[in-house]
Formats: sequence, C-alpha cells, structure tokens
Amino acid sequence: MAEPVLKVTALNKSFGGVRATDNVSLEIEENELHAIIGPNGAGKTTLISQLSGSSYPDGGSIRFRGREIARQPAYVRSHLGLGRSFQITSLLMDMTVLENVMLAAQAHDGHSFRFWKPVRSDQGLRKTAMAAIDRVGLQGRVHDLASAMSHGERRQLEIAVALATGPELLLLDEPMAGMGVEESAAMVETLKGFKGKITMLLVEHDMDAVFALADRISVLVYGRIIATGTPADIRGNAEVRRAYLGDE
Amino acid sequence: MSPRNIANVTVLLALAILPPLFYYTGSPFYLDIATRLVCLAIAAVSLNLILGYGGMISFGHAAFIGIGAYAVGIPAYHATYGDFDLIASYNGFFQIGLALVLSALFAFVTGIVCLRTKGVHFIMITMAFSQMAYYLFLSMETYGGDDGLVIDTRSEFPGIALSDPITLYAICFGVLLAALYFVHRLVNSRFGMVIRGAKGNEARLQAIGFDTYRYRLAAYVISGTLCGLAGALLGNFTTFISPEMMGWSRSGELMFMAILGGAGTLVGPVVGAILFIVLEAVLKPFSIYWHLPFGILLILSVAFVRGGLMRLFPARERRHG
Repeated sequence: MAEPVLKVTALNKSFGGVRATDNVSLEIEENELHAIIGPNGAGKTTLISQLSGSSYPDGGSIRFRGREIARQPAYVRSHLGLGRSFQITSLLMDMTVLENVMLAAQAHDGHSFRFWKPVRSDQGLRKTAMAAIDRVGLQGRVHDLASAMSHGERRQLEIAVALATGPELLLLDEPMAGMGVEESAAMVETLKGFKGKITMLLVEHDMDAVFALADRISVLVYGRIIATGTPADIRGNAEVRRAYLGDE
Repeated sequence: MSPRNIANVTVLLALAILPPLFYYTGSPFYLDIATRLVCLAIAAVSLNLILGYGGMISFGHAAFIGIGAYAVGIPAYHATYGDFDLIASYNGFFQIGLALVLSALFAFVTGIVCLRTKGVHFIMITMAFSQMAYYLFLSMETYGGDDGLVIDTRSEFPGIALSDPITLYAICFGVLLAALYFVHRLVNSRFGMVIRGAKGNEARLQAIGFDTYRYRLAAYVISGTLCGLAGALLGNFTTFISPEMMGWSRSGELMFMAILGGAGTLVGPVVGAILFIVLEAVLKPFSIYWHLPFGILLILSVAFVRGGLMRLFPARERRHG
C-alpha cells in the first residue's frame, strides 16, 4: 500500500495540566476527505495548528509525504504543499478579494525581494489567483474589499486563498462555522468539487456537512481519538454516541 | 485625479515654490525653516514605510538621524583637526556613503533583535537601542559629548556648493521627491504586498508560505538607511550636531508627524512634518508650553480623522498612497 499523505504518530501537546492533544495517531490517504469531529474543547483546533505549524507539538511525529515536519515552521510546510484555512477569518481586510488571493499565489512564485514592479499588473499572479477565485465561485466580487464581504463569502475567500498556494493537502478548520443553511450548503458543494483532486482534512461542527462529505471520520474527545471509520461506522459507534449525547 | 492625488500635488508644489519665493523676496529665514522641514519630512517618510505600511512601530528612529549626521560631522572634524586619516574627509560621496552604510548596519543588527518581538515590546526595544546610540555619542568627548559638534565645512560635491542655501534646499527637496517615489514603488511591489500583509496578519502570511521575518527585517533596514540619509542632510543644514538629535523625544516627534499626517499614506508624513515645523515656528516665541497644542491636535486628529489628515482626501482607487 502506498504511504499515506499525512501520517501522525503519538502526537502530544499540553497546556498547563490539560492534555489538549493526547497521543493522537492519524493517517490520511491520497485524495480522501478525512473529517475530524468532536465536542467543544476536544482539541480540534489545537490539532490543526500543530499540523499547519502555527504551534509545535510537545512530542510525537508528523510525516507529510514521508517527510518529518513536526518541527518545521508554517511557511516551510506551506511550500511542501500543506494549505490551511482558518477558523476565525483572518483575511487582509483592507485588501480586495483579488489582492488577498494574489498574495497567496505570490508566496509560491519565487522570492518576494522584488522592490520595483507594481504587483497589480502582474498577469501571472492574476491568472493563478483568478483560477482559485473561480473554483469557490467569487468571480463577481474580485475587486471588492474583503471587509465588504458577507461572512459566508469570507469563508469562501479563505478557501480560495488556501487554494492559490497549490496545496496537496488542505487543512480546513471549521469552514462552515457561523454560516446559515444556504451558505453552508454552498460550501458543501464547493468542497465536493475538490473531492478526488485534493486531499482534505476537515474539522467541522456541522454534522450534516461532515456526513455528506467525509470518506472517513475520526472522533476526537478530550484530546484523544476514540474512533476512526466510515460515516456509517461512526454513526453506529456506541462510544461516539456516549461522547456526544452524554451517558444517561 | 483623485482628491488624494490633488492634495499630494498641492503639498509638494507648495514646498517647491514657497520657500524659494520667501528667500528671494527678502525672508531667507523661512527657507531655513523649510530646509529643516524637508529633512525631517524625509525621516518621517522613512518611518512611515515601516510604521504605516509595515505596522512596525519604531520608537527609535531618531537614532538613524544621529548616525547620519555624525557620519558627516566626524569625517569633517578629522579633516579639519587631523587624526584618524582613514575617515578624515570633506568628500560628500564618502560622507553620505558612510551615513548610508552605518545606518543600514545599525538597522540590520538591531533589527535582528527587535523584530523577534511584537507590539509594545517592539516599541520599547527600538527605543532602548536608540537610547544606547544616544549615550554612546554623549560619551564621546572627542566629538564634544553633550556639547555637540560644529561642522565647519559642509559636504563637498564637485561643482555643487552646499553653502548656498537655495542649492541645499533644492537637493533636500529633490531627495524628498526621490524618497516618495521610491516608497511608492516599494509599497506596490511584491515586497510591499508582503510587508503590508504582515501588518494585517502575520500568522496568515506565514500560513500561506512567507517567511515574514526576512521581509520585515529588509523593510526595517531600508527604512533605517533612508532615515540615515535624512540625518546626513540635516547635519549639513544645521552644521551643528549633538546627541540631542537622537533622543527619544525626537523619535516621538517623527511618530507624531507620520501619524498626524496619515500613517500608511504616501504624502501624509510630509503634511505632518509641515504642521509640526510651522506650529513650532509660530508658537515657540509665545510660550515654552508650545508642545501643548500639538498634543491637542494629535488627539483631535486621532479621534475624528481616522488614520491621519491625508485620509480626509479620498484616494478613489482604494490603493495606499
């Protein structure tokens, strides 16, 4: 069997006395959409932060395409092919949609110690950026400021920014958070369009979305993975039901 | 033209025309004020590059003014009084070159440390480094210590006499225009996008693949070097330099100019410098408390004109500058 795209082994991270990530092991196969679900405070965002390089684990290993990356800074991981969308929208609000995405494309087009030529007229970057914008359906809003976008559109833009970095593995940190039913459905459609083309790790609260999209699901409770399996397996898992519904 | 551009052109035209006009109509004093103004405007423009566009709030930029000024004064001192033949020179290219190299070096070495910190810590550490430079020059008895140093001869360039006030003003103003054009190109380049992006959200920039530290350090060095040039010009104008030029209150004045005029707008710092110098000239004769109106003005500006006076004029294209 081919080596998984991402192989996490015995990952640990504590904050004070709290084990936010407790001996987590995880494998993500090529082109699968792997979802991580879990109640609030289960350590989902902490896990994704360690995978993307925003924070470092206390111990354990993260191998991306066979390469150990647990101690690599975020920008190195980005260049290896790891893309990330943020849970709390972190766009550059005083820049336009196009500028936000162009900047991401620029990060992957050689160094940026280029001091003289206006970036606005850079056709190469524009093309890469427009392609990413098309894929999330924001073509009509290219020249609007990020601050003028609705919440749902910002989440779409987040995805476009991550796409423009040309990721082989996309880490999605609650892309549906705070969305209405329609916006959420649009996001599901967008992500469906990537299936089979990009490997994705989806952390999400919205159960309908997760069960509609995921090939496999891992359940995280108090920093530990208590179950991994297909959506059908997870639905029928007694321990998962207990964690979610309470042991009454 | 957008209202912002009309304001930009008006401000620069006024600086080009009015001071020489005063000079030729019998008020040379105003040309002197304007020369100092333009030197400080260059310094404020350099600070704006990192403060306004890059979000790096340096409270130690006056150190570069001092370094630039002493890079003119010390070679001239040795050329006059002997010793230290290696650097003894009146040659303007040598002096200005020395000013640029030393400011770049100071920015690079201190920047390596300062840029490891964020926010308030960055403000404090840049101030600490500039105070170190201040006390270094204060302790150098050879160059007058806190009494300062008189520059007997201005920088010498072939065919150009800086002793002529109009020539000196023209050169300073030319450097200001060049600095503005340079900053304009820079902030709209790929490099500029990275430092502007890192101001908004550094973690995001790292997540999309930028090693932001390197770019911020480069911006810091560029800014410090430009400010050193302003110092070399200012030293040439005043012909008297002292550690007082690099005290922390001087750094505060540069911040005042950049923020009042409009941090992150191209010509805003120039407007800030004009207001500062004009108010100083008007108010200083009346009261030793002439800083008070400045404070009030800054409060009003920050409270009612978000982002500085230049933002009163919309830049239609949504772009910076």
